[in-house]
Amino acid sequence: MARQMRDSGNVKASRGGTSAYRLAVLSRIGAAAFSGYAFAAALSILLSRVLPMPKAEAVLTATMLSFAVYAGAILWAFAVRTATLAWVGLAVPAAACAVVSWLLGAGAVL
Amino acid sequence: MKQAFRQSMAWLHTWCGLVVGWVLFFMFLTGTAGYFDTEIDRWMQPERPLSAREAPAAEAVSLALRRLQQQAPQAERWFVGLPWDRNELDLRVFWRELPDAAGKRGRSRSEQLDLATGEPLVRRDTGGGQLLYRMHYVLHYMPTLVAYWIVGICTMFMLAAIVTGVIIHKKIFRDFFTFRSAKGQRSWLDAHNILSVTALPFHLMITYSGLIFFMYLYMAPVISATYGAGEENRRVFFDELFERSDLPDRAGSAAPMAVLAPMLADAERRWGRGEVRFVDIRNPGDANARVIVGRPQDSPLRASGQLVFDGVSGALLKAGDAVLSVPKAVRDVLLGLHEGLFAGPVLRWLYFLSGLAGTAMIGAGLVLWTAKRRSRREAAGCAAQAGLAVVDRLNVGTIAGLPIGIAAYFLANRLIPVAVDGRAAWEAHAMFIVWSTALLWAAMRPLGRAWIELLAVAAAVYGLIPAVNAIMTDRHLAVTLPYAARSGDWVLAGFDLAMIGFAMVFAVAAWRLRRRMLASAVLSPHASRGLAAERTAEAAE
Repeated sequence: MARQMRDSGNVKASRGGTSAYRLAVLSRIGAAAFSGYAFAAALSILLSRVLPMPKAEAVLTATMLSFAVYAGAILWAFAVRTATLAWVGLAVPAAACAVVSWLLGAGAVL
Repeated sequence: MKQAFRQSMAWLHTWCGLVVGWVLFFMFLTGTAGYFDTEIDRWMQPERPLSAREAPAAEAVSLALRRLQQQAPQAERWFVGLPWDRNELDLRVFWRELPDAAGKRGRSRSEQLDLATGEPLVRRDTGGGQLLYRMHYVLHYMPTLVAYWIVGICTMFMLAAIVTGVIIHKKIFRDFFTFRSAKGQRSWLDAHNILSVTALPFHLMITYSGLIFFMYLYMAPVISATYGAGEENRRVFFDELFERSDLPDRAGSAAPMAVLAPMLADAERRWGRGEVRFVDIRNPGDANARVIVGRPQDSPLRASGQLVFDGVSGALLKAGDAVLSVPKAVRDVLLGLHEGLFAGPVLRWLYFLSGLAGTAMIGAGLVLWTAKRRSRREAAGCAAQAGLAVVDRLNVGTIAGLPIGIAAYFLANRLIPVAVDGRAAWEAHAMFIVWSTALLWAAMRPLGRAWIELLAVAAAVYGLIPAVNAIMTDRHLAVTLPYAARSGDWVLAGFDLAMIGFAMVFAVAAWRLRRRMLASAVLSPHASRGLAAERTAEAAE
């Protein structure tokens, strides 16, 4: 995939870009947008639980950081070898963060 | 591996910039104009007196209170904004009526008052600089919420483009001093690099802080995970964060208001004369009335000092600190830097120039994409693709067309008769009608010609602005220049002079482009051969 993406700079490859390649790019865009968002939001939720500061300020801090996390996740989704890895590599940590946050905040509304 | 990484980042950079480039161009250009929002307001309301009237705070506040008492004796909130510098030109009152029996929020209204009479100001109905400024985040012709999401998604693209741009950019310092002019694609790359690198801290700050403004919307799950979903729970979060719960609810029993003058005097004693920005009265006329006196912003810290008084006894309850906690300070600094309300004239110009650099960076990036595509296609000997043609046309129609649209907005302000109903809306319609026409024009003309023609039109319309202004009003250069020399207030003269400056920049661009096109036509009758020659020269280098 990385090689294919490199080739997309090449006129021939982009014109003759196979549908498999296009699908892979689309899938990566999806991974970056949705898995990336889920990961950024879930990590921020976890952060807002564990940061040692008053509740409202922890939420504020985590929310402010979330966009940096999101940007990092987007870059990562396009840097890894396959689109599947991009989906899984973001969705699994997102789920893990969500579970831990849920355990930490058992009393809170989720 | 490292090579592959950089290449995938280059791919991401290209597409992030391309897909939303034109929206970003619009946001950057209108937002940049917004750094001079109140200056534009002044120009767009030629009925204003040349110089702003000044009045002591206590006098202005009592005028405002008279109006508020008359208009909304039963209110939940009265707000008086004092004219204190470029950010607030007028005495402004705002009120919110009491909630109705069903608990629905009361109506609110805002008015600008004449400092001499305390009556609402009568001026031409215009969107002014405020509308241009607001367009950079509420866009136009769509519900606010939709616009916020579009703007947020585009900003996220911008953030990804900036970070990937830094990654793929190996030689930041060398490129800083590298500009190879008149070398086609190479020059566009150099221009894009220089514009990006010189103002990189600004681009990064403006993009990230832009997301912070609406973070509660974009990252709503983070708040609802802790506070629960829904408007009610959000309010709990905001009350907790901004300690708004300090302000008591309405008691329901009437009590006479304390006199405000001693409170203003107390504030001025602490902060200095003329250093009161607003007076915010909660529950006026109630036993639980509170009076908040605020100080102007002289640093990026938005939450500058506040005094809270008991509105009945007049006793000082709280002298708020500017900084309450680190996270809030970080947020305030980011938002404060974005808005730049604290900036004096020099810093304001720097903001404006940085914004223009950002706009030009996006424009150069968009053109670079087409230059690269074209030369690659020609090298491979294949015909241009539809995608390239679309990008080309959108580039001309937006990069040259949007400035024409903004000029039309200013011209419409002078040409639409003052008595016309809904004239403010028509000023904005003029902007978008003219911009769409430019896009259509760009789609129909040969590419090179479209650039030259639209740049020439831009030069003409910007040149027309001071002329039309002179015909339609008495706030033209013959009046405003002597006034500026006399008073040192260059805002009105500066506006017309800036328009002449823009006209000259567009004229030079059109003229140089035309000369280059003629030169390549002389060298070879076929434009493609001319381009090929240029590319050979580049390769030989």
